[in-house]
Formats: sequence, C-alpha cells, structure tokens
Amino acid sequence: MRNYSLIGPDAERAVAAGLAAADWYHSDIPRKEMKALMAREDGPAIRDTAVLYGAMILFAGLGTWLWPSLWSAPFWLAYGVLYGSASDSRWHECGHGTAFRTAWMNNAVYHIASFMIVRNPVTWRWSHARHHTDTIIVGRDPEIAVMRPPAALRLLSNFFGLADAWAGWRRMLLNASGRLAPEEATFIPESDRPKVVAVARVWVLIYAATIALALWTGSILPLMVIGLPRLYGAWHHVMTGLLQHGGLADNVIDHRLNSRTVYMNPISRFIYWNMNYHIEHHMFPMVPYHRLPDLHERIRGDLPVPTPSIWAGYREMLPVLMRQLRGEELFLKRALPATARPYREELHLASGQPAE
Amino acid sequence: MTDWIDACATDEIDEEDVIRFDHAGRTYAIYHSPDGEFFCTDGLCTHEQVHLAEGLVMDHVIECPKHNGQFDYRTGEAKRAPVCVNLATYPTRVEGGRVQIKVS
Repeated sequence: MRNYSLIGPDAERAVAAGLAAADWYHSDIPRKEMKALMAREDGPAIRDTAVLYGAMILFAGLGTWLWPSLWSAPFWLAYGVLYGSASDSRWHECGHGTAFRTAWMNNAVYHIASFMIVRNPVTWRWSHARHHTDTIIVGRDPEIAVMRPPAALRLLSNFFGLADAWAGWRRMLLNASGRLAPEEATFIPESDRPKVVAVARVWVLIYAATIALALWTGSILPLMVIGLPRLYGAWHHVMTGLLQHGGLADNVIDHRLNSRTVYMNPISRFIYWNMNYHIEHHMFPMVPYHRLPDLHERIRGDLPVPTPSIWAGYREMLPVLMRQLRGEELFLKRALPATARPYREELHLASGQPAE
Repeated sequence: MTDWIDACATDEIDEEDVIRFDHAGRTYAIYHSPDGEFFCTDGLCTHEQVHLAEGLVMDHVIECPKHNGQFDYRTGEAKRAPVCVNLATYPTRVEGGRVQIKVS
C-alpha cells in the first residue's frame, strides 16, 4: 500500500532509493535549437490574456444582465470554465514564469489565477517546484492527482471542485490564522512563510466582501462571479488534468513513462494553454506554452505515440484505474517508436507490472 | 593562492548565452552578456544542484532549466523563487581572445 504523505515512510524510501532529486531522462536537442525553443516573448500571452479576460467580462456581464432567468445559464457555464479551469493553466504557466517575457506580467496573471483556482501563490510555487523535481514519486510529489489505488470519490467530486476547492478554502482560513499545515513546512522555506499568511488574509477579505454583498443584496449573484465558478467551472481542468499522469507509472525517472501527451481540440488547448503536451513540458519546463507544439514536433520520434484525443485518453486510462481499484499492482506503459532511445527498465522496477 | 585560469575562447559563447566550464573538480558557468562582457558564477543552481549552463540567459539574468529560478549572473543575486540563496561569482578577464576566470 502506497503512502502519499510527504512525511511518511514512502518519502524516506524514495530518498533511500535515489528517486529524490534524481537525474531524469531528456531527449537530445542541440543547444542552439533549445535556446530558440526557450526564448521568451510577451505577444502570445498578451493576446491570449486579453481574449480570456475579455471573454470573462462579456460572459459574466451577459449572465448578470439575464439573471435570474435560465437564459443566463449558458453564459455562467462559459464564464465558469474560464474562471474555474483556465485559471489552472494560467496559474501553472505563469508560475513557471514562461508565459510572458516581462516578469510583472507573469506575476500579475499568476496572482489573479491563484486566487481563482484557490491555490496560495506562495505555497503552490514551492509545491509545483517539488512536482517537477520528483514527478509522481510517491512520498515526494505533493501534486499526485491519481493515486494507487485511485481515490475514486474524490476524483469524481473534483469535477465540481468539491474536494480540492474546499481544501483550498480550509487551508486559506488556516493560513490566515497565521499557521501552516505540517506538510507545507516540508517544502516552504521559513523566509516565505509570512507571505503565505499575508496572501491568505487578503483572500479572506475579498471573500468576506463578496459574501457581505450577497447578504446585503439578498442574492447569490456576487458569488456567481467570485467563488462559486471555482466549483461549477472546474470540470474542464479536472478532465484534462487527470490525463497528465493518470494510470501511468510512478516511481520512475523518465517522463515518457509517467506523463501523457494528448492531442486536443483548439478550445481545450486554449483553456489548457497547451499543457496537453505534457511529456514535453516536464522534460523541458523552460519552453513556453506557445512553443510546445514546436518542441513536440522536434522530439516526437523519441516519445511514445501521443494519445489521439481526450476521449481516447479516458478509454486507455479508465480500465487501468479500475484494475488498480481492485488492488492490482500495474500501470499503463506505452510503446516507444523504433527511433526512440529505450526505457532503462532496471531503474523502473518499483512501479509494478505494465498493464499490457 | 588564486590564479587566472584559461576557460574558453571569447567566440565559444554566443552573446546572451552561457557555457559550462569544469575545473579542478568544480563546475562553473561562464556568461557572455548582451553588451559583450563576460561573467562567471558557480555552475550549479543553489536550489537543487542543476547545471545552469542548460538554462536560459535573458539580458543579465540566468534562469535555471529545472524550476525556472533566476539569478543576476553579474552579482549572483537570487531574483526569483524557488531560488533563495545567492550564487558565488568570480572575476573574469579577456586576454588574447581568451576568457580567463579567477577562482580560489
């Protein structure tokens, strides 16, 4: 039985086995090409951010105008996905600092997105750094969404934010009281802890003002704009996010084994900011989202064949998760093309048996 | 005792780029700034010991390839989380088209 606590026995085992801060596999790319792929610019993210925030203002405006008629529902659903799901990818990309070349632009969008997705921007910057150091290493990675066996009810409830958002709000209240959870203390340095508390207190003020406005007006409309869309718009980021690593290997040091690249439709790619190229992102996190398709073309001969659609991703993932739920110790292992460098099987024995 | 150590030819590093230089069991990063100057720092990120020479140079900043932490490579100052500890820096000079560094 795996223990996913960062302060539990699997954390110690991972360190002892050399899985913590290990030397991960990388496809070969000449320095000049890599430099070109990593190059930063502001243009694409300014365009996408203008479209995102413009659409949010439009949809929320139409939803408010038509409120409380049922005709407002489609606009709230659209607004909700942008608030409760696009914020996940903006939080992610701007947290890496790769969306914009200009630092303050990354920071501004990062803080707004962190509020919407209910992830403390200080805490989660450190959490995500650990996710990249020790991707899907049990006991080390604080961002493993699909565990073994999968927590099925939790996963399903997260399509409506019921587990993660509530956990985020509870954590916000804890942090606002001046305290950190024990696990947070394992990856947040002392110097950053006051910032965690300060952000949480600002958020509490924003939510308090929103709730006060709702009470004063006798309507949940203010909460339809701030807060509730984290629940009713969460489904898209959960749908795409579960495919990142779900059903694949754990305790390996090759992203081709524990991450999944999925071809998606243009709307999902806009909401997800190209994180469907997930092997590529983990292998080279310096490459901005708008260059990931180019990176994919450059190294695809060294990667497993991409999953052709979201639907296909669930068709390959769900049977494996069902077998894991029944207690089987297995994972989905995708074949590499003949052009790829092979997996180093001797390093990956801790992950169980391939499902096929 | 410190001596000037020959590291590389000036044309081995593109402007706004970095290379790795190993010497006496230690690893360094040598930078060519956009304004034509050369700088030298320790070669490993102070966060998790990743080689900075695989990172991205933007103006006077080096960004770590693993977690996107940033340093000002002229001063070694940590500029962006998750890096918190400054990088050690070393003097450089150019002699006869060669970059030399002074390390203790």
